[in-house]
Amino acid sequence: MEEIGNLFAGFATVLQPYNIMVMVIGITLGVVIGVLPGLGGANGVAILLPLTFSMPPTSAIIMLTCIYWGALFGGAITSILFNIPGEPWSVATTFDGHPMARKGQAGEALTAAFTSSFVGALFAVIMITLLAPLVAKFALRFGPAEKFAVYFLAFCSFVGLSKEPPTKTIAAMMIGFALAAVGLDQVTGQLRLTFGFTELLTGFDFLIAVIGLFGIGEILLTMEEGLSFRGAAAKMNAKVVFQTWREMLQYWGLMLRSCIIGCWMGITPAGATPASFMSYGIAKRMSKRGDNFGKGEMEGVIAPETAAHAAGTSALLPMLALGVPGSPTAAVLLGGLLIWGLQPGPMLFVEQKEFVWGLIASMYIGNLVGLIIVLTCVPLLAAMLRVPFSIIAPVILVICAIGAYTVHNSIFDVVLMLVFGVIGYLLKKTNYPLAPLVLAIVLGDKAEEAFRQALLASQGSVGVFWSNGLVSSIMALGLIAAFWPIIQAGYNRLFSRPATA
Amino acid sequence: MSHEASEQGSGPAQRSVEVGVGLGILVFGAIVVWGSVSAGIGWGAEGPKAGFFPFYVGVVIVAASLFNLASALKIAPSVLFAEWSQLRQVLSVIIPTTVYVAAIPWLGLYVASFLLIAGFMRWLGKYGWGIIAAVSIGVPLLAYFAFEKWFLVPLPKGPLEDLLGL
Repeated sequence: MEEIGNLFAGFATVLQPYNIMVMVIGITLGVVIGVLPGLGGANGVAILLPLTFSMPPTSAIIMLTCIYWGALFGGAITSILFNIPGEPWSVATTFDGHPMARKGQAGEALTAAFTSSFVGALFAVIMITLLAPLVAKFALRFGPAEKFAVYFLAFCSFVGLSKEPPTKTIAAMMIGFALAAVGLDQVTGQLRLTFGFTELLTGFDFLIAVIGLFGIGEILLTMEEGLSFRGAAAKMNAKVVFQTWREMLQYWGLMLRSCIIGCWMGITPAGATPASFMSYGIAKRMSKRGDNFGKGEMEGVIAPETAAHAAGTSALLPMLALGVPGSPTAAVLLGGLLIWGLQPGPMLFVEQKEFVWGLIASMYIGNLVGLIIVLTCVPLLAAMLRVPFSIIAPVILVICAIGAYTVHNSIFDVVLMLVFGVIGYLLKKTNYPLAPLVLAIVLGDKAEEAFRQALLASQGSVGVFWSNGLVSSIMALGLIAAFWPIIQAGYNRLFSRPATA
Repeated sequence: MSHEASEQGSGPAQRSVEVGVGLGILVFGAIVVWGSVSAGIGWGAEGPKAGFFPFYVGVVIVAASLFNLASALKIAPSVLFAEWSQLRQVLSVIIPTTVYVAAIPWLGLYVASFLLIAGFMRWLGKYGWGIIAAVSIGVPLLAYFAFEKWFLVPLPKGPLEDLLGL
């Protein structure tokens, strides 16, 4: 029950006028970032991260997580009104959201999407409140071998769960690890992989990689597609909102199911996108009006949005409790924690109670504030989307350049950002996933450190990763996750054979 | 999304680009292996040497890209990576941005940004000079006040700022 007291102390922190102001600014910026093409949650947070160095950490993380919530909300606007999914997990929202908007029900579709997002996020936050302290307490027993096993599990989940070919996921991930290794070796103090270039002494900063890969890369992709916005108009007023809410009450079972799918998929990393598709697919199969899915059915908006946001929010649980982020944006937030001198992981719950509970409390209030802001600002945001890309593109390029420069006040970083941008475009076009690459850059040093410490303790024997029940079961889970597609195929063959024989 | 506008154009094959990217990653992996070996991949006085971990990372990169190259070769040569007209659009962002980045050390970020936005709007957007002036002067000005005054983050400056004594 100590946690409830901590949570209320957290609410007291969040409700300070300064933090409320930071929250509103964060959500507004986040929605704008989510709506504009070429700016997504991950690189939006990366660009603004250096500006928060002067703030107290709690306010800074509130601002950055609120940008994240805002970007999640903003993604639904572009999906429904313009049929352009801002983020991969909004793809399923376009299936029914855009047809609804075409039928003149844009207001209903948006209200349903925002409200489902809110419900999904709220469910996940409640789960974080209840589970995170327990997971953290459990993880306090972890030694280097167990820590490495957790990283192993996270990266294996990417290999098994992503829709890209496994060897491409592995290649992308290992590029990230290699980039993280460049520069000064933290254990021996020796230089490695710098090949005599002084610019590489400090290694590759993940913020530069994120701004280049996601920011510049995205602009290049948008440019190639030659976006012509053919948006639907949105009429939003209080009557539409309340009517939709009343209609949504009958779908409580659907929402609950989507919440559970989302949370489950969010904690096992790489989950938000599969969560939204899975939830949509199950809703289609179980709904009485399943045949109408894809033609503008409200259930088809509620299911993916609820699951995606439950997943997006619960991705923060492993980040806080274990130090392993579940999404690229969570990885950038984790990088921010490291820069502020906070070590994410179980010790955070012991040493930085005020920070952790302030953050958790801000998730409750931030999502509520976000819901209010997006419901009232839709016409304004839709108007912003009509600004032609030939104006938005150079402005975003300038913002990315400023963001990259401010990380270390170095022009070399701006050059690097551009290089990452072109690489990001090529990798994305050839189906290499970018999320594991970024995650590996962020976690590379820590994973390597855990790996080497574990090996040091065991005098170099790899058996240390199978030395006790705890570490072996995490490693086994990792292997199951990595080979999941093969296991699933084998399972199906095994159980369908008697039927066909 | 704009199917009615796409006349069947030509362009580089997806296969060639995938092979190119695969080879690039292979070379990258080989460089990582080489660099790790020269940093030492064995055991030293304080446990694994600096190159120990990246060595295996590099080996996995090389192995994975061999697989990727093999599957890239199976792609039908008729699949297009993108049409030339689309790639021209992409280059119309990359080239100005490269010039922009190269110009920042000489002109400062503000003047370079002004030129980038103005050029972009003029050549790609074909806007009138009035709106071009408003956006291309407004954005750097806004950035100046936001960063130098509000966040107290100095951005690179050039001769114009020296002249104005900022």
